[in-house]
This record gives sequence, structure tokens and C-alpha cells, in this order.
Amino acid sequence: MATLPADKIKIIETFGPHLARSTGRRLDGGAEPDKIVKTHCCFCGQQCGIQLLVKDNQVIGFEPWMDFPFNQGKLCPKGVKRYLQGSHRDRLLHAYRRDESVTDGFAPLEYERAISRVADEINRIQSRYGNDAFAILSGASLTTEKAYLMGKFAHMCLRTSNIDYNGRLCMVSAAAGNKKAFGVDRGSNPWSDILKAEVVWISGANVAECAPITTDYVWQARENGAKIIVVDPRITPVARTCDLFLPIKPGRDVALFNGILHLMIENDWLDHDFINKETVGFDGVAAHVSEWTPKKTAEITGIAERAIRQAAEWWGTAKTSFLMHARGIEHHSHGVQNVLGAINLVLASGRLGREGCGYSTITGQGNGQGGREHGQKCDQLPGARDISNPEHRAYIAQVWGINPDEIPQAGVDAYEIFRKIDQGEIKGLLTICFNPVVSLPDNSFIRRMLEKLDFYVAIDFFLSETARYADVVLPGSLHEEDEGVVATAEGRVIKINKAIDCPGAARQDWRIVQDIARALGRERGFTFKSPGEIFTELREASRGGVADYSGITYEKIERQYGVFWPCPSDDHPGTPRLFEAGSWNPIAQGKGRFYFPDGKARFNVARYAPPAEDVDAQYPIMLTTGRVVSQFLSGTQTRRIGPLVDHYPEPRIEIHPALAERLGITDGDWAIVESRRGSCTLRAQVVKTIRPDTIFIPYHWAGERSVNQVTVSAQDPISKIPEYKVCAVRIKKSAGAPEYAAQLEPQQ
Amino acid sequence: MPVPERMEFFIDLGRCIGCQACVQACSECDTHKGQSMIQLDYVDRTNSTQTVPIVCMHCDSPTCAEVCPADAIKKTADGVVHTARKPRCIACNNCVIACPFGVPKMNTGMNLMMKCDMCYDRTSVGKKPMCSSVCPSQALFFGTRQEIEKLRPRSRSINEFQFGKQTITTKVNMMVPKETGNEQLDVTAALYGGEVEESFDDPMMANLGVNTDE
Repeated sequence: MATLPADKIKIIETFGPHLARSTGRRLDGGAEPDKIVKTHCCFCGQQCGIQLLVKDNQVIGFEPWMDFPFNQGKLCPKGVKRYLQGSHRDRLLHAYRRDESVTDGFAPLEYERAISRVADEINRIQSRYGNDAFAILSGASLTTEKAYLMGKFAHMCLRTSNIDYNGRLCMVSAAAGNKKAFGVDRGSNPWSDILKAEVVWISGANVAECAPITTDYVWQARENGAKIIVVDPRITPVARTCDLFLPIKPGRDVALFNGILHLMIENDWLDHDFINKETVGFDGVAAHVSEWTPKKTAEITGIAERAIRQAAEWWGTAKTSFLMHARGIEHHSHGVQNVLGAINLVLASGRLGREGCGYSTITGQGNGQGGREHGQKCDQLPGARDISNPEHRAYIAQVWGINPDEIPQAGVDAYEIFRKIDQGEIKGLLTICFNPVVSLPDNSFIRRMLEKLDFYVAIDFFLSETARYADVVLPGSLHEEDEGVVATAEGRVIKINKAIDCPGAARQDWRIVQDIARALGRERGFTFKSPGEIFTELREASRGGVADYSGITYEKIERQYGVFWPCPSDDHPGTPRLFEAGSWNPIAQGKGRFYFPDGKARFNVARYAPPAEDVDAQYPIMLTTGRVVSQFLSGTQTRRIGPLVDHYPEPRIEIHPALAERLGITDGDWAIVESRRGSCTLRAQVVKTIRPDTIFIPYHWAGERSVNQVTVSAQDPISKIPEYKVCAVRIKKSAGAPEYAAQLEPQQ
Repeated sequence: MPVPERMEFFIDLGRCIGCQACVQACSECDTHKGQSMIQLDYVDRTNSTQTVPIVCMHCDSPTCAEVCPADAIKKTADGVVHTARKPRCIACNNCVIACPFGVPKMNTGMNLMMKCDMCYDRTSVGKKPMCSSVCPSQALFFGTRQEIEKLRPRSRSINEFQFGKQTITTKVNMMVPKETGNEQLDVTAALYGGEVEESFDDPMMANLGVNTDE
């Protein structure tokens, strides 16, 4: 059913991506806004405060929000230009159905008829093939209310176990590692602790481009006397002026962490008191890292031994410190092991749970934190509860007013959902806030699977490259058209405020989901009148859980500029810093500061393994992927904003001159990158800022520009995160420009 | 209302991450919406990710104004050098050619020289300029001297620049490492070559422990 309309150019003509630029009153410096709305950026996990200027139900510009404490007015270029996503010519204004008779493949459909059609198809598929045959893919850019509702919709209304979300591509290795070590999955510290650290260790995080505002925290820490250590295969803008740069070979992070711990033990740079009183498992880890001598660590990581020794000394002897990492160590087939290796360094130092002593992943998506707490993950129930835990099921069943047996068991991860389509087990799919055709690895497989579906419905505000495969498209809402909370990288719950109404027949996403429930005849539990009502239930559902929101209100968020969870009662101010001495949590019940029955943190043996696909004679180069500052995720929004596309129009292959020269490639040449999965032809950018055995390509583009045609779908066995950060490729100079270069604009 | 004397502009190139938030935000300023007055580019992308944002330095004796045959470029008493006055500007490009920092740009559509006026509509009413408000790394900083001295103890500010024999003093300050001996930054020195460190030539190879002398 869901095959791509034949004429791609026609779809692009109708649905874009086209570029929006400031015109009309958006260029009129004298235009007085009707209102100024304090809200947050719609993009990354830092969730900078911003004020949107609104006139006649249109966002016409922005004004820095200087009072919001995290960013104090600062914004990256995406935040500055995000307002151009509104009133966009590509905006979906009504529902569509697939129509093979029209050249762009879609015909408008009256909203209620679209909802009925979706309900009929869900009924048809589930009655014929079982409840699990209909799957949902959701996203972590949704507000927490919506994320909660998606989980409830899957588990209570559709009773399918198969719901997962795009955080599977993003935060799950950190989440799994944190749960194994601390029993809780949240950034441990507010960013203000970075400023008081003597050493800031940044592993696999292109801070300047992916979390730009964090740069000021890092630089300010250095002004205050901190040493900055950056571990990355590329000299990123933050690495350029750090104090110690460790140019690690992609996929070898755990080896480095083990090697550092080896030196900490050898030199007795350990906090024995903390290790003895607050942790378990150190001896096993110590035995494991004994083999990780500096020599072996240098051989495996590709970093000079003297640099490893220097890093260990700085880290080992610091009085305060902050360790940060991001997708660079997490996007691996052993991503959880990398995270555990990093946490072992923090635990051995004892520098956690006090001022200037911190550890955190830098969460990627806008609601990367909140979106992974309340039940849209395949194995989770609200309040960061476990779907396989009978007590947890009983509690949520009581909140929802159903029998615990009615809640399905754990489903499978986002990539596995596509494999189950291949196996014929999943026949129907609903997506929201997820563009897997661009964002999942080995995406020719993803495209084939979408074509194989019996029925596919997409809720979206623009027709994403994935939604092009849909049988029915429902017009959802942009960030500024709804309200609700999100949790930032710091664990700060903040409030997104509505600036404008949805245009045309577009609806707020939670209304669409409830309309489907109503059409299915199962509207009980889906009659919320506002995000505030959903939040009230969410607070109750989270009560007593690890991610306890029960004491958070919209009003308290506004008054305090956000509330850090856990916040278990109305008079509780929230918890900016986790794991403080004497702190209470519902698992330890006062026995200790970590979220285990004995209150102690866990050292976990972190095992090194090479990447799932290592280089060989056929494919001798490592490919690593990532982001650029002017684009965000799959580009559904940012590839439609002219000034952002101008900044960095299309992906380039970063390649070191030593490698480029050997292959006869010069700067600006078209080059073909090939793996066992596929190939893409892009222009080369010859730079000395990358390891000579590695090339880098950013992933925000679709179609023939998509590097995910090449990447590998190997996943971490625990977190199920794909290994975006390393696979084996070969590269050669192209005889000429690829066909697409003349046919399509850069963003298309 | 003039820009308060205590509020100063500081540029710290060591902090710039090339994100172009300043460039994008500049084009949102009410007095020149859609036009950015900031240029930002890599110094030498092959070798480094170092980028440099160019904002108007607001010279004490602005060369742009001195070479203007139409007397179109005015400096207000608070030291801010303004965009050319539209009725006067004859689009001769003298200022574009003469500015030692390369700041003024000719808007050919409007036949008007346009340049950074330190967001006069904002700074004259107590707000910060757009660029320094949003700058994620605070490479562009607007505040008091006391604030910057407290925040950046490793640096000191200079506002005197040497272009060959011309000495230029500016309202805008440049942060340099505290330990540097030079009282003046001789911009033209870079034109005549000089010693290039090995690690600068190929920092990645140097960090990998590879000898680049071979």
C-alpha cells in the first residue's frame, strides 16, 4: 500500500522542503507585536528561554529572554531563526490521503473522514493480526504531556506493546548506563556546577555545534581555572582551544576510560572513603582494568601515551570536576559500556553529588529527558516505571482505571519494529515526531519496510520524507501552537507556552490522538480538555516513581524558572543536584544517596569490543556521523529555514589531507563513499581537523544526500542504540557531479 | 538617549565557535531587518576551526567617515559610528575600501552603505546589542569593564591597533591573553609571514604523536 508516489519532484513541488525567508511584516522593523510570549526553543535539549513576538496569529520574530537563568538571552542560530518555521508554505493545513491518480501522490481529505479511516484501519489490522500488529513510533521533541499520552494511547487504547520513540537514536545508552550505575536516569547536576569544576572532561560531544550555549559554561569554567580535556576524533570548535585534546579512534572510548582508571589506581588517585561507603563493585572493576596499561590503551585508542598519562593525572588529582559526554560515546554497539566506563571514572574520584562535582550526558533532543520518562519507551510506564514490574503495572493500572493484566508487556525498540515489519508481524504503523527515513541507519531497509506496510498514518506539520510513504497524513501542531512541559538536559522541567493557534484544519497533536481513540469507540481515558489536564494525571501517574513530578505545577515552573525532578510534594522546591549526601529517594528509602535498595552506586565492569564493523582491506576507512550547528536532527524543520540552509547548505565529507592526497581527492571534489549497505556522493572538504583514518559526514539530509544510506544498523545489545559513530567505508573520487545535484535544491 | 559610557563591547576571538548566531540575530534588529551587518568566516578552514566575527570597531577617528566625500557617516557623542545617512550617501564605496577592519558593506539594492551601529535602537534604551545578547560562547560580550574583568581574569582588553603606520583607537575592545607582551596588535604583521608552529601546521597529526617534519 504505502509506496512512494512515483514522481519525487512533484511531491517536492507541493510539499517541499522549500526555504522560508523573512518577508512582509517579518521584515518590518516598525511592526508592533500583539503579544510577547515567554517560551523555549523548539530544538535541542538545552531548551533555551526565548520570547516570541506575535502579531495576527503569526510569529514575526523573537526577543532574547535575558532573565531565564540557563541561557540568559543566549541562543544559537537555530533558535534565532526558528520562528520562520511558522506560516510556512509547506505547512500541512488539512489531512491527506494517498491518491495514485494525482502526480504528487496525495489528495486532501476532510479531517473527520481521515480520523475514521485511521480508526477503521487500526481495527481491521488488530482484529485480523492481533493488537501488536499495529505499532507506534513517537518522539522526544514532543512535550511530556504528549509523550505520556502516546504511551497511554498505545498501552491502554490500542493495547499494543509495540511503541517506541526516536530517543532510541539518541539518549538510550546514557539512560541504560545511568540506571545500571545510579539506579536513575537523569543528568546529575545543574550546569552551574560546571563553573566550579577544576577539570571539565568532554568525551564525544561537539559542544559548540550541538549544545552551543554549554560552550559559555565550559569557557567560563576555564576562566575560573579549570583544565578542559576534550576526547574526539575531530578538532571541534571546543577542542580547538581546550587544554588537552585526545584524538580518539572512533569506537574506542571504553578502552580510554579503562586506561585512565588503571592509572588512577596505579597512582592511588582514588577517593577510598567514597568508594567504600557509597559504592559496590570496585574490586571487580579494578581487576578488569589491570590489563589496560597505558601502552595497551594507546595502541587501541590511537592516542599518544603521554596524552593519556596527562589526562589521568589531571583527572586523578582534581578536587572538583565535571564529566560530560554525548552521542560520540553513546552511538555505538557498545555504547552502554562506554557510558559505564565514564561513570567508573566519576565514582572512583568520588566527585559527585556536591557543588562543582558532576557528571551528565548532554541530552540531545528538546525533551530528550522528559520524553524518556513517562511511558513511550517500549519497556516503560510513567514515572520512569518498569513495564515488567508487577507493582509498577498495578499502580499505573489504578491511575488509568484498568486491570493490570490489560497493560501489554514490553515491546521492541524502534529499529526492531522495522524488522518485525519485514517478518510480517507488524502490519500497521502510526508515526509522530519521527523521520526514520532520514534518521535511522541503513535507511534503504527502512524505505522498503514502509512500502511493505498494510497501513501507515503519519501525524506531522510538514510532510517529512517518511510521511511521503503514508496512506493518511494528519495535520499536527508546531511547537509554538501548543503548551506543555519538557525536561531539559539538566533535569529541569520547564514550560512551553502557546503563542499562536494551529492554522487551517491542523490540530494540536494530543487532540488528534484523542480523536482517534474516540473513533475507535475507546475514548475513556482520552477526554482531556487541555495539556494542563493531562499534566495533572501525569503528576499522579509519576507519584512515588523515580521520576516523581507530583509536586510540580505549571505555576511553580513559572515562579522558579523551572523545577528539577524529583519533586515529590507541593511544598518541595525540586532537586537541582542528585546524589547529595543525606538525600532521600524512594528506592533507597534513606539508606543512601543512590537509587538502589542499599543506596549505593554500582561500579560496572566496562568491556571493550571493537566496532561491530571494523575496517578491512575492502573498506579501510572509518566513517563517523554527527551534526552541524545550523541544522537539527532529520532537518524536517531546519531544512525549511532559508538562513540556516544558507549557512551550511548540504553535507560535505570531512577528510584529512593525508588521506585525500593518497586518493587523489582535492577540496571541493565530488567523492563517493561506499559501505556494504549503500553509497552516497558528496563534495569533499579537506581539513586537518580530523583523524587521517576517519571521515565525517553530517546526517541531516534526505534522499541521495543521506549518509544513513551508508551507516550500519548494528545496535547496542542493552540500549539498542544504533552504531552511527563508526562503520567501515571506502572512498573514491567521483568522475563527475551526481544527477541529483542538478535536479534538487540543497535542502531537498 | 546615548549608549551609557559604562557599557562596553568586548570581542574574545578565542571563544568564537563559528555558529553564526550573531550573524543571524543581527538581521533581526529592527533598524535593518533582513540585513546582517556582521561577517563571520573561517580564518583557514583547512588548518583550523578558528572563526572570526567582524563587527564595527567604532573607531575614535573613523576612517570611513574621514574618507566620505558626502559627509554621510556620523559619530554620536557616545562614540557610536552610524550607518551612512541615506539622503547623503552617494554609494561611492570609499568607506568600504578604506575601513581597516573591512566592516562597511555596500547595499547595492539600496545604494547605501550599511554597517553595524551597535544596535543603537537597543543599546540607547538600555538593552544589549542583538549579537552579544545571543552569542552562545560570549565571544561577543556587552557589559561593564568591571564585569568583564571579573569574568575573564586570564585576559585583558586592548583597543589600540596598528595598521602599518596608522594607529587606530576604537570604542570596541578586543580581549587578548593577559600575559602577552605586545601593547598593540599589529594586524599587518600577519601579512609578512612569520614562524608557523609545527602543531599549527597539522594539529591533528601532532596530537596523534606523528612527526610532521618528514
